[in-house]
Amino acid sequence: MTTTEISNTQNNNTVSNLKTAAGEYLTFVLGNEQYGIEILKVQEIRGYDAVTQIANMPAFIKGVVNLRGKIVPIVDLRIKFNLGKVEYNEFTVVIILNLNGRIVGIVVDGVSDVRELREEHLREVPSLVTRIDTKYIVGLATIEQEMLILVDIEKLMTSDEMELMDTVVH
Amino acid sequence: MTVDMSQFYEVFFDEAEELLAEAERLLLGIDVADPDIEQLNAIFRAAHSIKGGAATFGFMDMAEITHVLENLLDKIRKQEMALTNEHVDAFLAAKDVIKMQLDGHRHATEVNAEQVGDVSMMLKSLSEGKDAAIPADPLLEQFKPEPEAFKVAEQKPVIELTDADKSKGLKLYDVGLPEVTERDLSNLKDELALLGEIAVYQRQNNAFALMVKTDSSADDIISICSFILDPDALVIHEVGASDAAPAVTASPETSQAAAPVGDDPGYGFFDDDPIIAAIEPVENLAEAKAAQAPTAPVSGDKVKVAEEMGYGLFGKDGQEKQEEGYGFFAPFKPHPDAPKAQMIGDETPVTAAALASAPTAVIAPANAADDRRTQPRREADKAAPQSAESSSIRVGIEKVDQLINLVGELVITQAMIEQRVNALEPVENEALINSVSQLTRNTRDLQESVMSIRMMPMDFVFSRFPRMVRDLAGKLGKKVEFVTIGAATELDKSLIERIVDPLTHLVRNSVDHGIEKPEVRRSVGKAESGTLTLSASHKGGSIVIEVTDDGGGLNRERILAKAAANGLPVNESMTDSEVFNLIFAPGFSTAEVVTDVSGRGVGMDVVKRNITAMGGNVDIRSALGYGTTISISLPLTLAILDGMSVSLGKSVYVVPLNLIVETLQPRAEDLKTVTGEGLMVHVRGEYLPIIALHALFNHPTEITSPTDGVLLILEADGKKSALFVDRLVGQQQVVIKSLETNFKRIPGVSGATIMGDGSVALILDVPAITQMGQTTNYVTGGLAFANQNYSTLDKHINA
Repeated sequence: MTTTEISNTQNNNTVSNLKTAAGEYLTFVLGNEQYGIEILKVQEIRGYDAVTQIANMPAFIKGVVNLRGKIVPIVDLRIKFNLGKVEYNEFTVVIILNLNGRIVGIVVDGVSDVRELREEHLREVPSLVTRIDTKYIVGLATIEQEMLILVDIEKLMTSDEMELMDTVVH
Repeated sequence: MTVDMSQFYEVFFDEAEELLAEAERLLLGIDVADPDIEQLNAIFRAAHSIKGGAATFGFMDMAEITHVLENLLDKIRKQEMALTNEHVDAFLAAKDVIKMQLDGHRHATEVNAEQVGDVSMMLKSLSEGKDAAIPADPLLEQFKPEPEAFKVAEQKPVIELTDADKSKGLKLYDVGLPEVTERDLSNLKDELALLGEIAVYQRQNNAFALMVKTDSSADDIISICSFILDPDALVIHEVGASDAAPAVTASPETSQAAAPVGDDPGYGFFDDDPIIAAIEPVENLAEAKAAQAPTAPVSGDKVKVAEEMGYGLFGKDGQEKQEEGYGFFAPFKPHPDAPKAQMIGDETPVTAAALASAPTAVIAPANAADDRRTQPRREADKAAPQSAESSSIRVGIEKVDQLINLVGELVITQAMIEQRVNALEPVENEALINSVSQLTRNTRDLQESVMSIRMMPMDFVFSRFPRMVRDLAGKLGKKVEFVTIGAATELDKSLIERIVDPLTHLVRNSVDHGIEKPEVRRSVGKAESGTLTLSASHKGGSIVIEVTDDGGGLNRERILAKAAANGLPVNESMTDSEVFNLIFAPGFSTAEVVTDVSGRGVGMDVVKRNITAMGGNVDIRSALGYGTTISISLPLTLAILDGMSVSLGKSVYVVPLNLIVETLQPRAEDLKTVTGEGLMVHVRGEYLPIIALHALFNHPTEITSPTDGVLLILEADGKKSALFVDRLVGQQQVVIKSLETNFKRIPGVSGATIMGDGSVALILDVPAITQMGQTTNYVTGGLAFANQNYSTLDKHINA
């Protein structure tokens, strides 16, 4: 089980202005695409291990794990967005997110880098029909000829379509 | 400094709140016709302690009203006036006002000054009105203090020991009496008169005392008194024996120099408000000295002053001063062991003299007295459990929770070690295995002790209700007798807190709708006064709390009619239990009149929801005309569960042990079907539906026939069913972890736990599974649990 703690240091111009979305991003690979999520939402990165399956859940919810005494759900984004090869081995990576106190793990193809993005890197998202609703995409960025898709991971994970939250039943 | 002060405030607030609750409990329990003197004393002590604390912390408004309250209470406990219902009502009102003031100081809530004034006036008028009305007893009248003299000094004894008397071998005894009735006092006077010259006088604290001039010994006096009083409660002191100071007489010309001077200020010094007295000891003394002892060296050095004061405080009448000394450290009540400490008075002047400054001297003798009195006080504590403050500590609940969480983690780690060790070769590793099993035991004990910290007796909840029932019954013109059973039953603190609201609803409902008005009860041949019983008891792994009234009972027809009118799905063939459960539907009320107490139909559904959320169940039993019982069953604690782990394919699930009736491996001939599906098992004459967990959870497994696996016979909501799983793994205590913290509620799962190997196992929600089983057809080998079923169930579970 490999666990890499990512330091949560931040420089002054991060998060203060989400509109410009400038700041540090953790980038990861899903299929052939590069994605970026705000580094401050990331708690740690670990391997995929000992997931307890839960009955009658959609396929992308793999189950729950014991994260030092906390029960944490694991979502496989590869299945959710139908990207990449779904296999679980010692190289499978889980990014543990801390979304406003709620801890969730996401399975991705691989973690690439931590990037600092400035305003000049950022581009508008054109209207598209994609598997990820564009409302969860903050913007696109170009770094070294590659396109980076910046996702508002908190909004995405807490959305109804991820089925990770209790929906209010009356 | 500010921070420090606020810390003390919190302690005072907590204590005051407890004292108020205690006082209220006592007031409600008191028999007006024949009040128990001990109870009155306890109420007085509570009021006194609050007054002391309030004055110390500068909450003068509280000190003021408690002072008035205390005065009235004092008169009643001294039996100067008889206790009436009016008094009890006034005391309860005063308690509410003090609580309001307390909250005002604590949470900055609003204080209704008018109400405070009203209550204060009521107490004062009660206190004064009765005073005038009391019949003048000649004996008492004779020795009653003058109203003006009351504050300054006690009535002086009227006997002196002259030199002539001394030569005749006569001694003068001062006999301090406990609270006595007038008749006893009169008897005592007659008896002691046989010994010699006697006089009765009243001390400053209103207790009576006797002066006896006799040639008999103190033992003789005690033996005579013991016919009438508890001899241990007597304080006998030989006057003039130790300090050669004759008793002070009322006439000023007989007062002599040093010692008597000290005596008088001593009395004046400790008037009935020890707190105020403690603030200005020096001034008081100085004044008293100047006024009453012209012969004493007014400009005397400090040591001299202290010495005299020592005499004044503890010289002649040590016992009484000690009591007052206690008064300013802690609430104190004279107790039967008092005579043992009586001699201290003779020694304290030495201590006092050694000290340089007057204020220190005041405290020092009191401390000395305190030390010596520790032993008897402990004995007193044993007799009076309510004064057991010293044996408990206040700790923030978050600290306890942190401890519990840590122990929970420890238990998991320990289980992990145990599992690893059990895989080792037993002979080679015998020592290690033994040590680990020792660790297992210790861990379990530790866990139990830690969990018990959170356990609180149900009394915490029950004690709120007598007052509420009394007020409600009064408001509704009903007579209700309130009975509690099993108040010592312990329950987890978090549950205790959460059960209060539902229980309040139920009790209100019972008083309002359950118990009939006296005339109605009489017309149906019942006692006018209804009985409302609150009981708590352990039943298996849960606690059962029942609210029972002997009122009109639930009217099945009316409930059905009302339910139909409300558009609920009902029919005539429903069982009583199903019909009664309709009252838990939102907005349901059959009350003809909506009162401000209840009847609006909000409440019962909230009750049900709250209790279900706590993992409990509500059940109603009722017979028309005979009464209703609402029974709540709750788990003992929310944090730990005795579980049976079962395997299904590669997964492990935990089933709460208390819901498992038995486990069995069925024979093929015991398995029955209805129309080829709906599999059942025949167990001891009962046909129980089989719920296949793998089918319900759509879980891959190789064992699909119940004859290859294991059936757990479960009982939930009074219904039995058989859960079909692969294997039993073992029985263990598990720490319940919420799935909802980071995830969401999952149908059929009540939580999760961490197993010995660090993996997560889900805990099955047996009632939900039973219901899921009823709404799914079982087909061996796996009918997928349909999705629409699932969402309706989800609603059902969340409702």
